[in-house]
Amino acid sequence: MTTTTDQPLLRIRDLHVAFPTDDGLVHAVNGMDLTLARGETVGIVGESGSGKTVTSQALMGLLKETRAQVTGEILLDGTDLNSLSEDRMRAWRGKKIAMIFQDPLSAMHPFHSVGAQIAEAYRVHNKVSRKAATAVAVDMLGRVGIPDPKRRAAAFPHEFSGGMRQRAMIAMALVCEPELLIADEPTTALDVTVQAQILDLLGELQQETGTAVVLVTHDLGVVAEVCHHVAVMYGGQCVERGSVRELFRDPRHPYTQGLLASMPTLGDDGERLRPIPGFPPSLTALPAGCLFADRCPQTHRVPDGRCHSERPAFLTGDAADHPSRCHQETLATAEEAAR
Amino acid sequence: MIAFLTRRLVATVVLLAVISFVTFTLFHFGPADPAAAACGQECTPERIAEARVALGMDKPFLSQYLTYMSGLFHGRTVGAPGAESLCQWPCFGKSFQTNEDVAAVLERALPYTLSVAVGAIVLWTVVGVTFGTLAALRRNKLTDKLIVGAASVGVSLPIPVTGLLLLLVFVSTLDVLPFTTNAITSPFGPAGFDGWFLNYLLPWVALAVLFSAQYIRVTRSSMLETLGEDFMRTARAKGLSKAAMVVRHGARAGLTPVVTMLGLDIGLLLGGAVLTEQIFSVPGVGFTAVRAAQAGDLPLTMAITLLAAFFIIVANVVVDAVYAVIDPRVRAA
Repeated sequence: MTTTTDQPLLRIRDLHVAFPTDDGLVHAVNGMDLTLARGETVGIVGESGSGKTVTSQALMGLLKETRAQVTGEILLDGTDLNSLSEDRMRAWRGKKIAMIFQDPLSAMHPFHSVGAQIAEAYRVHNKVSRKAATAVAVDMLGRVGIPDPKRRAAAFPHEFSGGMRQRAMIAMALVCEPELLIADEPTTALDVTVQAQILDLLGELQQETGTAVVLVTHDLGVVAEVCHHVAVMYGGQCVERGSVRELFRDPRHPYTQGLLASMPTLGDDGERLRPIPGFPPSLTALPAGCLFADRCPQTHRVPDGRCHSERPAFLTGDAADHPSRCHQETLATAEEAAR
Repeated sequence: MIAFLTRRLVATVVLLAVISFVTFTLFHFGPADPAAAACGQECTPERIAEARVALGMDKPFLSQYLTYMSGLFHGRTVGAPGAESLCQWPCFGKSFQTNEDVAAVLERALPYTLSVAVGAIVLWTVVGVTFGTLAALRRNKLTDKLIVGAASVGVSLPIPVTGLLLLLVFVSTLDVLPFTTNAITSPFGPAGFDGWFLNYLLPWVALAVLFSAQYIRVTRSSMLETLGEDFMRTARAKGLSKAAMVVRHGARAGLTPVVTMLGLDIGLLLGGAVLTEQIFSVPGVGFTAVRAAQAGDLPLTMAITLLAAFFIIVANVVVDAVYAVIDPRVRAA
């Protein structure tokens, strides 16, 4: 379906994002790494404030020409998006990399018809007449499962139901057949039944078009359902990543373990929810050690208080397909090597 | 849409009836005595009584009102018995001061007011929207601060101050502009567009200084709000250029409050720019209104009040209709 280059479609390396505020620099993303192959789906999971939305905004280049300080590399097809000028990035937005948002009602212009908004997205990157673009928009609406697309194209966003709006939003994002689609909490604002439909639709369209998807969500259930890979974010870092199977079967980072344990399941009869105690670190004054150390129940397993003094790094090598940013990993690898 | 317009039309008529009644009542029970004014220096009680009859003020209050109102729908006769004269439809009565048809007085005054209004509206809308948008786009930068600062000065300058300053500088001191003359009432007249333009430039500027400042403020805050909306982020994510984003997405939503404001201000201004017309001695509706009120000229005051009210009500209806065109969400409701 796609070319078989060794190069992954997307590679984020050591991405940092900081926002200057009156209270000092807010370090929203602190060394994010991610790779994504063509046609695959990676889930970025994390709680509010873990930097997942900021990461997706940095991916789209939406932080350019703002006060945000973005460093690191975002390689799409080998081109570093972070060093592109706003003008060059603009040519990529919508064409090579597109985005769908959490709340389709506020993300669509209330005064323009749905069809016109999709057609506009097409005309930005394709020199065609308004009429031709509208035809493309109608066709696209049909592909995302909107009945009677010709008539509905003339309707306004407020005349759509929530699920239909998100379908239209997806149509808008995919109309130029981007190589990468970023979906920022695409189902959070929707009913559970509609959620499943939207996720199915995304999956189908992905099969059809070969678009790679970055799915940003706080919902582990959604991740388990649709993603190939997962990156768990905490305090603006990716603390663990791996294939969905491995990560759910064998979570290595204490945060991931806590996250999975806190998920309610139908099996627990009347059992209480198990939240992770404590709060995420302040993003204006990050601790020197592991960002999760203050909430981690396993710091006693690491000697010399290293959890609080030294920030763990990802291991490379054998562990690279399921790395965890935890000192216990480093120790385990060291022991193995000693044996 | 038709139901909407019908409803608004009925409301307009009712509202005008109420306003006319209130004005009539206020005038009737107010301190003005047109009869005394009309009978001149050597006034005897008999002559006052005569004057009252001639002005129709001897009749009961309600019957005076009804007579007046009936004249609006078909002509009537005005004046003392034996010296009646016909007042043709639409009859607003005859001026107590000059015995001239009020409709004719208004017809003479309106072109002046229109001349003042048209230019001022264009000027302040262009200035207000342009600089307001610019300030929003350059938020917290020097440009923004300069514009907001200028707007703060403008909004606190009353028209009499600006007007007199303009006259002092451009007419008296520099002598680059003529003092406003009453001979020019239209850009299509013998003076041509240039003559008309120069003649009304100072009144326009005087009005525009105040109104531009308000429009800058409203445009800026509304555009700022709009630029922060989610749909602007979507527009950017589509790859739109900054210009397309601001014009097609930002301005479309951000200028809606300006449209409302503009509609109402146009309505207001057509009823006469009282201060501006006074200062520049433009004999428009506002100027006439002041004279009429001072002289206790009931028919003229009534007519101008009704005219001003009519313009404001119509402006309201137009604004609502325009709103429905701009915002599809309003259409549904």
